Amino acid sequence: MTTTNNFGLKAGLLSIVILLLFLFGWHMLVVAQQGPAAEGLDPEYAALLGKQATEGDSALPKPHEVGAELWQHISDPFYDAGPNDKGIGIQLAYSLFRVLTGFGLAALLAVPLGFLIGMSPVIYQALNPFIQLLKPVSPLAWMPLALYTIKDSSLSAIFVIFICSIWPMLINTAFGVANVRKEWLNVAKTLEVSPLRTAFRVILPAAAPTILTGMRISIGIAWLVIVAAEMLVGGTGIGYFVWNEWNNLSITGVVSAIVFIGLVGMFLDILLAHAAKLVAYAE
Amino acid sequence: MGALSNPFDPNEILWTGCPCGMHATMYEHQLAMSQSATGSRFYTSETTGAETVEQSVQQQQAAHSDMRDEPEIANTDPDVDWNDQEAVLARCVESAVMKGIFGTDMNRRKFLRGVGSATALAAVSQFVPLDALKAAIIDAKGPLEKTKLNVGFVPITCATPIIMAKPLGFYERYGLDVEVIKTAGWAVSRDKSLSGEYDAAHMLTPMPLAITVGAGSTSVPWTMPAVENINGQAITLANKHLDKQDPTKWKGFTFGVPFEYSMHNFLLRYYVAEAGLDPDKDIQIRVVPPPEMVANLSAGNLDGYLSPDPFNQRAVFDGVGFIYKLTKEIWDGHPCCAFAASQKFIDETPNTFLALFKSILDATAYSQDLSNRPEISEAISPKNYLNQPTTVVQQVLTGRFADGLGKVRNEPTRIDFDPFPYHSFSVWILSQMKRWGYIEGDINFKDISEQVYLATDAQAVMKEMGQTPPDITYKSHTIMGKTFDPAEPDAYIDSFAIKRT
Repeated sequence: MTTTNNFGLKAGLLSIVILLLFLFGWHMLVVAQQGPAAEGLDPEYAALLGKQATEGDSALPKPHEVGAELWQHISDPFYDAGPNDKGIGIQLAYSLFRVLTGFGLAALLAVPLGFLIGMSPVIYQALNPFIQLLKPVSPLAWMPLALYTIKDSSLSAIFVIFICSIWPMLINTAFGVANVRKEWLNVAKTLEVSPLRTAFRVILPAAAPTILTGMRISIGIAWLVIVAAEMLVGGTGIGYFVWNEWNNLSITGVVSAIVFIGLVGMFLDILLAHAAKLVAYAE
Repeated sequence: MGALSNPFDPNEILWTGCPCGMHATMYEHQLAMSQSATGSRFYTSETTGAETVEQSVQQQQAAHSDMRDEPEIANTDPDVDWNDQEAVLARCVESAVMKGIFGTDMNRRKFLRGVGSATALAAVSQFVPLDALKAAIIDAKGPLEKTKLNVGFVPITCATPIIMAKPLGFYERYGLDVEVIKTAGWAVSRDKSLSGEYDAAHMLTPMPLAITVGAGSTSVPWTMPAVENINGQAITLANKHLDKQDPTKWKGFTFGVPFEYSMHNFLLRYYVAEAGLDPDKDIQIRVVPPPEMVANLSAGNLDGYLSPDPFNQRAVFDGVGFIYKLTKEIWDGHPCCAFAASQKFIDETPNTFLALFKSILDATAYSQDLSNRPEISEAISPKNYLNQPTTVVQQVLTGRFADGLGKVRNEPTRIDFDPFPYHSFSVWILSQMKRWGYIEGDINFKDISEQVYLATDAQAVMKEMGQTPPDITYKSHTIMGKTFDPAEPDAYIDSFAIKRT
């Protein structure tokens, strides 16, 4: 026990050191970019300019500026000042809602369909070309089509999440089901277990870890895609938040958004990793 | 008598119809009264003192001041001033409600005498939302089909009237509950408008034409009731091109414009072509979303751009570029952005459209006044709208700005606001779309212009609002010293050396 404790402590300390080094490097980079202040400017003229132009400030913020911005968002996450200005908590909630809805719908379709495909080599062969063709399409390529046919930007975003989440789950489910050990199926057959019972009591538990891996890949992709989709259609969500900060050329705002996107993505991944542990088994 | 009498006063005669409800008209009623020996003359004398219907009608039509002078009909409520439209309308609503409840004047007066006016008012208000009714009718001459609207905008100063109408309450004034929704770019704005998510939207003046003729999208009949802004754009160059302030030296430059179907694209093409450069061969024109223009300029991906403000001023503010030329120096008074709506929206909800149209016209007139611009800058700079430093927005709107070359310039018409959608604007835009090959074949410039640009409607509505629209919808324009005659667009296109046709 003490060795694992030591191990964790060491890794944790190392993480902190890396973080500090990174922050220090960042700070020095910004300081190095500081240009000379403009001299001999007419004060009336200078009053109309920003600090970047008058004092030679870098466009990049220093770490403590981002920290202050982060704290500001965390301290008031749920304000609502109109349709174009909402707190970070509300924006994240919009994005999470879209991701979970799209992902949930995709799971409802992909898992049963993947099951069927995995059980029947014929269906697998028949559907394979379509899956292979559609799988590599960038989800955002669906966006114009979705906007045009669905005629609602929020639903379009959900559709895009749906279409990008479905492939990893479908393929992993089919793979997991097709690769259940033959011995187990044979044992079930010998015991004259009904096909339905075999599916639920033998195949599903056996394929569950693979299915969960598919889900984990899917939710990662979905979270990547929602940011891009929301940047495109705007309105609400963390992607819109990034775009709005970018519109103001506020790198500080964009960096804080990156931190939040990373944290939520990590949280989603941890959640599914825990779910995967629940269904894991040792052979 | 008539609409202005207090309907809660039992001594008033409200309706010119028969007060006992037994006769179709007052005339028949009076005839019946006079014929019957026992008939009381009470109503007749109380009514107006007039013997015949003709007379009473004449009195109705007579100027209202006369009505007040006549002692017999001095029952017009002194609380209501004829010149106050809202009060008059409010009174009409009350009267109409009372008429609806009691049917005949006799019933109404009996009821009022019985319970007292105050009680009656309270009782009636309980069941009929008088205040809401009054508000609804004052706001539009017909009931609004819907009051909750979504209007899209792209966060640039061109959209000033559309945006500021929200924080400064112009939409509310016309009974509308409008959400102004920030949109990432014009392609999205167009798609959301086509899909019906937006009831109306901020667009570029060429877009409704392009949508109607089906250039770059499906063909849907679109309209442009009003221009948002005139002037207000600029050519910004990167600081490294300080020595190249001459378009003949721009060969090989890469320029950004915000959208293909934009005045920015057409003005930039016009400008470089006049200097002898072919915009398709000698320079590269890229479509770049406005916020990305400044970053691309500082990264060296763009040598310059002709873009909407505040991004020209923002380049100066951030010290990455300078304002080389304001578009008003290319064509003073050119249209830029538009308030656009689908024909469907106008057909299905005409009263709502009219209220929205009026609030935009009202907001545009307010924006026109230079003295209001600092207030407007404050109102539209926050995160909810433009999300820009107020100093930047204020420099654009007031026209007192740093040009990036060390000078403070004073150009009060750097951006201006004039809603009138001249048909000749549209003909010019179509001529440029044809010149550069965006539309091919013969087009009927006049028909499309008059279908899409609602200049005649704008004239009528502006007059009704007490504004002074021009009498003509076509006029000739001067662009860089060259005159454009809207009657001869084809000859105009032919007169250019550099073109795609």
